[in-house]
Amino acid sequence: MDANASARLKRRVGVAAHGIGLFLAMLLICLPGIWIVLSSLRPTVEILAKPPVWIPQQVSLDAYVAMFSGVGKGGIPVLDYFRNSLIISVTSTVIAIAIGMAGGYAFARYRFRGKSAMFLGLMLTRTVPGIALSLPLFFVYARLDIIDTHFGLILAYVALNVPFTIWLIDGFFRQVPKDLAEAAQIDGCTRWQAFWQVEFPLAGPGIASAGIFAFLTSWNEFALASQLTRSINSKTLPVGLLDYTAEFTIDWRGMCALAVVMIIPALLLTFIVQKHLVGGLTSGAVKG
Amino acid sequence: MAIVSLKKLTKRYGNMEIVHAIDLDVADREFIALVGPSGCGKSTTLRMIAGLEDISGGTIEIGDRIVNDLPPRSRNISMVFQSYALYPHMTVRENLGFSLKIAGAPKEEMDRRVAEASAILGLDALLERRPSQLSGGQRQRVAMGRAIVRDPDVFLFDEPLSNLDAKLRTQMRTEIKKLHAKVKSTVIYVTHDQVEAMTLADRIVIMRDGNIEQVGTPDEVFQRPATRFVAGFIGSPPMNLQEAIVDGGKIVFSGGQSLPLPGRFKAKVNAGDKVVFGLRPDDLYPVGHGLHSGDAADVHEIELPVTVTEPLGNETLVFAEFDRRDWVSRMLNPRRLRAGDRVAMHFDLSQAHLFSAETGKSLRP
Repeated sequence: MDANASARLKRRVGVAAHGIGLFLAMLLICLPGIWIVLSSLRPTVEILAKPPVWIPQQVSLDAYVAMFSGVGKGGIPVLDYFRNSLIISVTSTVIAIAIGMAGGYAFARYRFRGKSAMFLGLMLTRTVPGIALSLPLFFVYARLDIIDTHFGLILAYVALNVPFTIWLIDGFFRQVPKDLAEAAQIDGCTRWQAFWQVEFPLAGPGIASAGIFAFLTSWNEFALASQLTRSINSKTLPVGLLDYTAEFTIDWRGMCALAVVMIIPALLLTFIVQKHLVGGLTSGAVKG
Repeated sequence: MAIVSLKKLTKRYGNMEIVHAIDLDVADREFIALVGPSGCGKSTTLRMIAGLEDISGGTIEIGDRIVNDLPPRSRNISMVFQSYALYPHMTVRENLGFSLKIAGAPKEEMDRRVAEASAILGLDALLERRPSQLSGGQRQRVAMGRAIVRDPDVFLFDEPLSNLDAKLRTQMRTEIKKLHAKVKSTVIYVTHDQVEAMTLADRIVIMRDGNIEQVGTPDEVFQRPATRFVAGFIGSPPMNLQEAIVDGGKIVFSGGQSLPLPGRFKAKVNAGDKVVFGLRPDDLYPVGHGLHSGDAADVHEIELPVTVTEPLGNETLVFAEFDRRDWVSRMLNPRRLRAGDRVAMHFDLSQAHLFSAETGKSLRP
């Protein structure tokens, strides 16, 4: 075999190995999700079977039907939970993005006293595990009488998300050359117009990713929500999962069905926003 | 169209003064180049004129109007940035029309003015492209087009050619000159490249450490540099400069070599004065390979050893050792020389410069 043929063979083997490797990795990542979907469709016997039943024998939508049935027929107030989740996640995301944009822009563009200390301080808040905060937060909220309110959770989630959105958006504004805003000002924009006409559209993808992140954090958060909510006034979907646990039993099928209901909107949102996450939008702004 | 007038213009960052109370008047339709090494304050000065930088003292007038505290948009200027600063999310057409859109100009006027600018700069075929799809030279042209569309009183250029390769730079230099001939606005052009300044400008402002060293036409700053710094900065290759002491009718260099003191400086210096002697490469040449421009009596001949030669085709730069230092000379109609050859050189002292070693100021009467 000549050198060319063996090199070609090597390359083909490499490509195939690469593909197989990627497939295995994806399988590993997707398996829990797939397992949840499957479990929501099969009877409890099959879910708990040992050794596991890989291919479902009986498939039914019973869990979903039950979920939306009234109380007493195995139903839970899923629409209320969904509404709470949506209100809390969307509001806290919008606020976190607004603060993140203002803060990120300030950190990216202005010099001020104590800037790096402040930035470090924001990052340090991320090192505190959320669960460690839940008890002190509970006491404070109890005093303020904002337990079991939308406001309480929104406040907690904004505080949780703001450091990260500032940090992420700061990075994206840094990538937008300063010259562009100056050129816009010379072209007749006010500082404000220059921001909205030039800098904001260019940092858009970054702001969108920060938005997805903040939304998913709030949408999926369980530890704090389970402490700070009590009733259908404010319980979110992750907390709603607990409705499937009774003193001695856990309805795994129902829980998985609710998990699927939770995943779908998050998945849809990510797909929609992903389109706007066009990277490299600033290329061509400066230099050759 | 407007005059620009800077009076005692000062810029401080904290306690650091970057620009020291400079005065400058730019005539209507004049092309002025600010040149100097990096950190000399030329870009800061330009940015203050643009309104992108606050001023710490003095006044800026554009067309009889003091604009000290006006925002950039109210100064009726336009600026071409070193980085071009094209809006990457807009097409070339949108880039060109952006200022009109912000001003709320009607669609027809916008189309007309964009078409005009695009015709002047040959951008018609590129109007629907985005900046990322353009080459460096094309981006440069779009940046200029965006400046033209505004029809400003003053054009500001901040090192617009320094991101281009050498060939394109020469080409764009010519285009800028043509453009100025067409649009006839006042232009203030910042560059660190003295060749750009010499070729483009009506007058050149040489800055150093936040001060203006000299203002003059390209000829003036080349022929009659006011200071030692200007002498060394303008001209390529730079002027030969060597410290010396006046001793009667001679100037004696530190290495012990001497040259006769040109007659016109005799009234300006005394024996024992420390001076800096300057001679352009054009006025130092191997015998028979240059032109003396003054009195033949001022031409002084010395035989020197050649250390390096740099052939350029039409001429050769010959580095020869004189007074323990390499002096660069320009050899026209070059012949082959090798390192180590001894060559008779002509020093055309009618063109020599003398600066005070203390103040750096020219001693020319």
